[in-house]
Amino acid sequence: MTDILVYVPNSGKHAAEVLTLARTLGDVSAVAFDDASASLAGEYGAAKVYRVEAPGIDDYFVDPKATVLTDLARKVAPDYFLLPSTDEGKALAARTAVALDNGLMTDLSGLAPDGTATQDAFAGTTIVTAKATKGFTLATIKLGATEPAPAPSSPEVETVNATVAESDQRVKVAQRVDEPAGDRPALSEARIVVSGGRGVGSAEDFALIERVADALGGAVGASRAATDAGYYPHKFQVGQTGTTVSPQLYVAAGISGAIQHRAGMQTSRVIVAVNKDADAPIFGMADFGVVGDLFQVLPQALEEIEKRK
Amino acid sequence: MNIVVLVKQVPDSGLARQLDAQLRVDRNGANNVMGELDEYAVEAALQLKEAHGGEVTVLTLGPGQATETIRKTLAMGADKAVHIEDDAVAGSDALTTSAILAAALGRLEWDLVIAGAESTDSNMGVMPQLLAARTGAPALTGARKIDTDGTSVTVEHQRANGYDVLTANLPAIVSVWDTINTPRYPSLKGIMAAKRKPVESLQLSDLGIEAAGQAAAANEVVGAAARPERTAGQIVTDEGQGGTALAEFLAAEKFI
Repeated sequence: MTDILVYVPNSGKHAAEVLTLARTLGDVSAVAFDDASASLAGEYGAAKVYRVEAPGIDDYFVDPKATVLTDLARKVAPDYFLLPSTDEGKALAARTAVALDNGLMTDLSGLAPDGTATQDAFAGTTIVTAKATKGFTLATIKLGATEPAPAPSSPEVETVNATVAESDQRVKVAQRVDEPAGDRPALSEARIVVSGGRGVGSAEDFALIERVADALGGAVGASRAATDAGYYPHKFQVGQTGTTVSPQLYVAAGISGAIQHRAGMQTSRVIVAVNKDADAPIFGMADFGVVGDLFQVLPQALEEIEKRK
Repeated sequence: MNIVVLVKQVPDSGLARQLDAQLRVDRNGANNVMGELDEYAVEAALQLKEAHGGEVTVLTLGPGQATETIRKTLAMGADKAVHIEDDAVAGSDALTTSAILAAALGRLEWDLVIAGAESTDSNMGVMPQLLAARTGAPALTGARKIDTDGTSVTVEHQRANGYDVLTANLPAIVSVWDTINTPRYPSLKGIMAAKRKPVESLQLSDLGIEAAGQAAAANEVVGAAARPERTAGQIVTDEGQGGTALAEFLAAEKFI
């Protein structure tokens, strides 16, 4: 029997994907720090849920959760310990790796039942396969590695009571500030992403990109050139130093397609590009491209989209 | 305030990159640069030094040509550097790398360690937390803002939909995103001064590290293949109908 331990944070689709992937490997035990995570684990086929009760744990960054997960991993001695590839998931995996003197792999795009992991290297231009050679497979799974598939179960629930040790109170979370996300879907999870680049030319003209995104029900993204120029906030940057997206449709307007940008969007299912420069690299990967002025092409497309709705 | 900045020379992400015959990152090409996020870490350290005094030491692990990256940081204004250079390091995994860096940090006096949030070659983003586990110092990662009063450090930890304000006492480890500042360019004076700044060279034996390289790694790369290139689809030139053609394509693909 293969035992899989999965850390389930309360973050919807990504955690559901990790649980779905874990199910293909063996029996899944989930670690949940709240009720929403525990019920997600049940929806996605966990056989067991460790429901951690640790008053005050959210007041501190990483350390106390790392201690809980390390203790559980030591006790359960799983064949695999999988976490979502988020900042938090990677941090917790790193801490567990050192504490248990175990290896660590990050950003897996696949994991086969024989333990062979798949990773994208160099902005996805190279696909690497790797295996753990010592200890158990401790890995973080990147968003979009699999399609989440529900498989409702009635997991056995074991309550784990933990206290936050003083040594884990070193990094205090003094304040959490949520910036308004608006009505658009989250960039990393959106089915459709419409991005603007340097060719948009100004912050004001990004309104056109927003209008196209809204007409299609998508999220707005921006290239690094556009965020560096201050046209659009950095948190919407798609690319190597921003968010990696893998939507059904990616529309790139005024984006040349530098490697740094392609790193963040090249696994999109359908790519559409609009650019004045016929030699822009983005056209080499686009399923449909229009060589032209985005300020002519996009308003006309919008008009046609509205007509067809 | 004494600050150690972690920098790593990486293959330029703007050019083609590849693995070598041992399935490791090919670092022998001429197109190596300082990690894209490392410049922001150096800038953050220099700004804190300017406000609080002290010394900025650059720590790097890499082959001989990483000297170019060290020179750049010294030209930007770092005071000195430590270069761990040992052939036995090649093929080390992140865990071993963190043990080597932690041993080097143990030889230095520091209030803060600053690193980029991730390297731009392997992009793992785990080194600050690995070092936190090994050194016992707290890690405050993914900062878009950093402040210190000399005894504690406060950062804004960047999230997709906002940020968290984190605080900890010094000494601490902080990693930064490119939202934190605009790195300075080395001045001509800085470039000249860099030539006289001390660079200490260390080998694994100096750090008491016995096991490194692939033999000590807990993972093994078993294969690598180029991703099949996306091929260009239909490209039209706008002659007044480009937008309509675009909408028709989206409708045919059922996005409208």
